[in-house]
Amino acid sequence: MAFGGRRVFEDLTCAFPRGRVSVVLGGSGSGKSTMLRLIAGLVRPTGGEILVDDADVVRMNERALGTFRRRVGMMFQGGALLDSLSVFDNMAFPLREHRTLAAAAIEDAVHRRLQDVGLSGVDALLPGELSGGMTKRVALARALMMDPVILLCDEPFSGLDPISQRRVEDLLIRVNQANAITMVIVSHHIPSTLRMADHVALLLPGRAVEGTPRALHDSDDAVVRAFMREEDADVGEAMEASA
Amino acid sequence: MTVAVARLGSLVLAGLEDMGRMAGFTARVAAALVTPPLRFRAFLDEIYKLGVLSLVIICVSGFAVGMVLGLQGYNTLVRFGATNSLGAVVGLSLIRELGPVLSALLATGRAGSATAAEIGTMVATEQLDGLRMMAVDPVHLVVMPRALAMTVVMPLLNALFIVAGLAGGYVVGVQLMGVDPGAYVSSIESAVDFRDDVLGSGVKAVVFGVLVGLIATFRGYSSAPTSAGVSAATTTTVVVASVSILISDYFITALWGV
Amino acid sequence: MGRTSGRDLAVGCFVLAGLAAVAYLSVSVGGLGSTGPQGLRVIAQFDEIGGLKPRAAVVISGVKVGQVQSIALGDDYRARVTLNLDPKVQLPVDSTASIMTAGVLGDRYVSLQLGGEADTLKDGDVIDFTESAVVLERVLGKIVHNLGAGGDGGKDEKEGAE
Repeated sequence: MAFGGRRVFEDLTCAFPRGRVSVVLGGSGSGKSTMLRLIAGLVRPTGGEILVDDADVVRMNERALGTFRRRVGMMFQGGALLDSLSVFDNMAFPLREHRTLAAAAIEDAVHRRLQDVGLSGVDALLPGELSGGMTKRVALARALMMDPVILLCDEPFSGLDPISQRRVEDLLIRVNQANAITMVIVSHHIPSTLRMADHVALLLPGRAVEGTPRALHDSDDAVVRAFMREEDADVGEAMEASA
Repeated sequence: MTVAVARLGSLVLAGLEDMGRMAGFTARVAAALVTPPLRFRAFLDEIYKLGVLSLVIICVSGFAVGMVLGLQGYNTLVRFGATNSLGAVVGLSLIRELGPVLSALLATGRAGSATAAEIGTMVATEQLDGLRMMAVDPVHLVVMPRALAMTVVMPLLNALFIVAGLAGGYVVGVQLMGVDPGAYVSSIESAVDFRDDVLGSGVKAVVFGVLVGLIATFRGYSSAPTSAGVSAATTTTVVVASVSILISDYFITALWGV
Repeated sequence: MGRTSGRDLAVGCFVLAGLAAVAYLSVSVGGLGSTGPQGLRVIAQFDEIGGLKPRAAVVISGVKVGQVQSIALGDDYRARVTLNLDPKVQLPVDSTASIMTAGVLGDRYVSLQLGGEADTLKDGDVIDFTESAVVLERVLGKIVHNLGAGGDGGKDEKEGAE
């Protein structure tokens, strides 16, 4: 996969288990976000295939992509909320576009989701008026509006204080457990990865290493081990917790 | 020497590539026009942003241009004792050329650059990708209403510019310079022909509206997702749209007269 | 929603104002729709129309009563000008149509002088008496020619007289 002259990855093979939380790790520029955009069909690879339930995303035309994306929710790094619409209208947007529901039903669905992420009462605010943590939570709520079977999250913890981070982490775990949604999370945060991931894909220059968090943590490969054990007190703690 | 030629060659190729992408973009917008849902709300919002918010600059500028035409026209006509034709001079100049061209250039600067910046910012903040992930075509929701609104708004702005200009010419010619008011009005009416002048003016305005609408949205849509990219989109819009307006003005004028 | 209803009002006003401006320019200034086929149509034939154009005014005693509808070349290579007049106009059959100029360098228009007959022209009739346009170049050419010929012509006459 090459990007305007820069090779992002070559000969990469990765698999993410259904119904589980997978985290994609890697240094800056390793192509984590690109991976997510490839799965979403937002970028096309120069070669290869991306199979979701045996359907190749690479081969999909616009209409097929549209159908595919209705079952996929994506939580963007910056939220990607429509900044001219209120939080309520942002949340209601996918419902209004794709379903014909009565206004009351829409209101109900929106409020329920907002409650799920602990943000009741922000309906009338504009995205510009939300804090970083609130934006992420609204983005997550919006991604879940259409009851997706796959949830893609691009750096859900970036830019958040530790408390908000924990909150988002708990939310993601809860969502996965409640609905068995397949989740692919791009992150650079090791401790939360160790806590929440069932499967990890570590993108290193030229190769990808996959396995459970523990397997990578105890890997024979020095590079992998070094990455997973970044000098962070949290890491030891996290390993204890997930043991 | 060869380096310069090579650079020129690559510039030309890049320019052609650009035009090709714009043509593809135009086709997508046209397709979006005939695809449901209707996007009426977005269309009305854009008419507000592009039309209503441009009213002040259009009317003030139109009035000012009319005033200048009145003054210059008077100073020239008085030498031939033909000041009674001032209305015709002001009217024809405004309707045939100054109205459509100037109102389009002003709209480009105000509304065109705003549109490019808005869409460019949406690209940079991943809002367009967000729309794609919600299975909504950004061209359909964001681009098409704006391009259509610009096309509809332009002839209206043109007409308002011209009327403001006629008023400006009246104020200078009649009130300041003493031209007979009846002569001013009747010379406009006898000199201006609907088919040759007014209709041609309207056609120009519509064409300019299409050009500005497509150029501004295209530049925003294909901008680099950085603040430098948004800024470049804005300035490129103004430059490309302005030049396109002036060049197409010539061709429409030439063809219309046929 | 309160935000948008104010906007909608503004949009409505803007569109109305714009359309009103377009209508004003088209109808009042541009004369759209005033070329009704319901007028009294008469035909006048001229040897020279000298720049007369369709939609030029037709006047009686300086007052506009219609316009030139179309100009064509007749079989006899004279110009056939069709005038579309206000139906209330009663033109005696011996009226004259002349092509005049507004000012020295201005636009051409048609001026009608009423005749004295009792019968009036009906739709489709031809005006028999016409005065063609005075073309400035020809007049100047004649003057120059006469000035040049005047010297010799005078001498000839003198010799002839003796």
